[in-house]
Amino acid sequence: MNVLALDPAYIGGFGLDEALILIVKVVAAFAMLMVAVMLMIWFERKLIGDMQNRIGPALAGPWGILQTMADGIKLFFKEDLVPARSDRFVFKLAPYLSLVPAFLVFTVVPVGGNFTTGDGTVSWWGNTTYLQVADPHIGILLVLAMSSMAVYGVMLAGWSSGSKYPLLGSVRASAQMVSYEAALGLSLAAVLLQSGSLSTHDIVADQSGYDWNLWVTGIVPFVVFLIAVTAELNRPPFDMVEAEQELVGGFHTEYSSIRFALFFLAEFMNVITMSAIIVTLFLGGPDGPILVEGVDWLWGIIWFFLKLMVFLFVFVWLRATLPRLRYDQLMDMGWKVLIPLSLGWLLFLGALSIGRDRGWSEAVVIVVSVAALATGGLVLRTAVRAGRAQRQADEAGETADRATQGGGRR
Amino acid sequence: MNFFGGFRVTFAKLFEKRVTSQYPTVKRPKPERFHGRHVLGRYEDGMERCIGCELCAGVCPARCIYVRGADNPPDSPVAPGERYGYVYEINYLRCIHCDLCVEACPTEAITESKLFEFSFTSRDDAVYTKDELLVGDDGRPRRLPWEDWRPGDDEHTSGWMRATSPSGSAAWEGRAAWSAELGYGVRAPEQGQSAEAGPGTPDGEPSA
Amino acid sequence: MEIAVFAVCAAIVIGGALGVIVTRHPVHAALSLVATLFGIAVLFLTLDAQFLAAVQVIVYAGAIVVLFLFVIMLLGVDRVENLRTEPLGGQRPLAAGIGVAVLVLALLFTIAASSGGFGGDTVATGRPAAVAPEFDSCTAVPKALEGSGAAVACDGPEPISNIRQVAWWVFTDYVWAFQLTGLLLTVAVVGAVVLARQRGGADDETGEPVPDPAPEAVG
Repeated sequence: MNVLALDPAYIGGFGLDEALILIVKVVAAFAMLMVAVMLMIWFERKLIGDMQNRIGPALAGPWGILQTMADGIKLFFKEDLVPARSDRFVFKLAPYLSLVPAFLVFTVVPVGGNFTTGDGTVSWWGNTTYLQVADPHIGILLVLAMSSMAVYGVMLAGWSSGSKYPLLGSVRASAQMVSYEAALGLSLAAVLLQSGSLSTHDIVADQSGYDWNLWVTGIVPFVVFLIAVTAELNRPPFDMVEAEQELVGGFHTEYSSIRFALFFLAEFMNVITMSAIIVTLFLGGPDGPILVEGVDWLWGIIWFFLKLMVFLFVFVWLRATLPRLRYDQLMDMGWKVLIPLSLGWLLFLGALSIGRDRGWSEAVVIVVSVAALATGGLVLRTAVRAGRAQRQADEAGETADRATQGGGRR
Repeated sequence: MNFFGGFRVTFAKLFEKRVTSQYPTVKRPKPERFHGRHVLGRYEDGMERCIGCELCAGVCPARCIYVRGADNPPDSPVAPGERYGYVYEINYLRCIHCDLCVEACPTEAITESKLFEFSFTSRDDAVYTKDELLVGDDGRPRRLPWEDWRPGDDEHTSGWMRATSPSGSAAWEGRAAWSAELGYGVRAPEQGQSAEAGPGTPDGEPSA
Repeated sequence: MEIAVFAVCAAIVIGGALGVIVTRHPVHAALSLVATLFGIAVLFLTLDAQFLAAVQVIVYAGAIVVLFLFVIMLLGVDRVENLRTEPLGGQRPLAAGIGVAVLVLALLFTIAASSGGFGGDTVATGRPAAVAPEFDSCTAVPKALEGSGAAVACDGPEPISNIRQVAWWVFTDYVWAFQLTGLLLTVAVVGAVVLARQRGGADDETGEPVPDPAPEAVG
């Protein structure tokens, strides 16, 4: 069975050594994620406080580090209520549907390894293995699959609560997440075009030596992916669905105690894992200079975590700075801006790749592609504007009709 | 400010000083005429000022004061005059700290301190009796277990809040229109209260 | 080991499928469908079709059933149905008969195909007879070690990954089917958008404008 096939540890079959290594990796990844979520929540609250000229949590533990744990313990002691009109089974199931995909995405992320001068393997008790829990052939597709599954958690949570605000919030949330999945996949395809493999290890190995996909694919897929991920995670400025001012609590209004803690946990865990995916896809993962010889494997981990911290900072920075997008603005941006942009760029990169293979002049390819993209963009813009004008004319015509109707009837 | 200007602002804020104050370890100083918990004052010779006239109870809009007067025992008078406040209770669940009672009192008996952080935990504790409201022999209010007194909260619980005169005239500025407090003496008037001349004369004749 | 995985997945698939038809609540039925699809995805994995497994989850379980659930939730058909009364008579016996006939036919077909009755490797094993020889993933060397002559850990030529197989056939032999299906889906989307649009708030069927809520006061 070669589901985990690409990891060199499993080449000679699956024996006790391999089982032990797998168990160690799984436990380590789980522990790392839980601690990381705790620290991420503290980091976000502290950083947002600093950006708003105030101290964040400061009293629970040194610099307030234990605040998350205190909040978790408090939530644990709250009353766990299940609304009377709710669908009990689905109500209890939904937080887990939100939480498990977040864990599973992290299994394909390469956390360390020396990709600069080596092939990214480490040696544990004589077995060489990669520093990631699993490296299936379809690594990145697992990420997409789990983002699709995360939609279920949100949707079912809102519907099963049995009241209208959660239902509205969950319908909006799932529509938003489904819309931005398309942009996510298309900008991902640009990376895949470059690396030629779906396996995360191969993607990271392809970027070694500062050939990061950030600049190799142009900046555009990175920007599109970042925006799409922010929308997928329901993070500000796309957090209309859980905004207190709009929908009470959105899909998690009726959840309390541990179930709410699970949603909260799932959201922040998703932030961490998707940041890890961004680092893997666009920033070369553990790629970075080895500053101290002798502990090669450690530097991969250090660089990975430094890059991860940059993206966690960026997510909090977005939250502190940008006002919330209105729902129709959000959907407009997802369908009318991001999808055409990422699709157009993918075609452009494809044209460049084919041109390179067949020896076409790169300048000609670029000029023709830019012209084609510009034309397509203009056509799209004209169509969008025409649609908007038509819609406004319809509304104006309708109100004029109403006015004359009211006058006539009197 | 354009799109990226916003990001520059929030980033720059990271390096600015925080304006959070560490309440409750550190509390900001309160204004001098702050309306806090009330206090029943005494004259410098120790006699109570309250004469049981019930004017404060009459003016209170929240009806939180309950006063009953009684005749002074002839051999050991409690307050100068014929009567004294025998029962005096304020219900702090109703009090809105408007201090109309302080303005109404003819003898400057009821005044206020600067304490507002008193968190009682039962209804019985919320009704302050005369014993709890009366100042001690040093002129300071009694401190109850659930009250959080800080330095400065109990200084000068006096009628000094009536700064220039009962009618606010500039002619009264600099003249102490209040009596001496137990433990403090006569409090100095505050200068610069009113800029223009108002009604009333220094000799106590009210204007028309 | 493979038998154990197959048994568990088959149980999930059959259990989910039974759940879909037996449950009275539409949302529970949709969730059973998701369980079935997951079971099928794992079965794909045991057959070395990893790409199909991932796409099964992404497209089928992650988009199609989500849209099913949208419709169920938004159109309010999430009430429990009354299964006693039937609008058209005779449906259940007819369905039972056709189901049995289909099952028998499927069994016959499977038996005939597995004994080579239909001829040709293509149908029996489901794998193309010839595979493009230049895609041997075992000879790929990691980029950092290119030119260093280091040996790559590999125990013989690996089976070509499922993604490459699917890609090879989609873009060579089945390219027309692929592109026309895409075109068909696009036409369906555009048609749905056009059909669902309403012009100016008017009721398109009767042609009457929306009535004015309250006449204006005079004076």
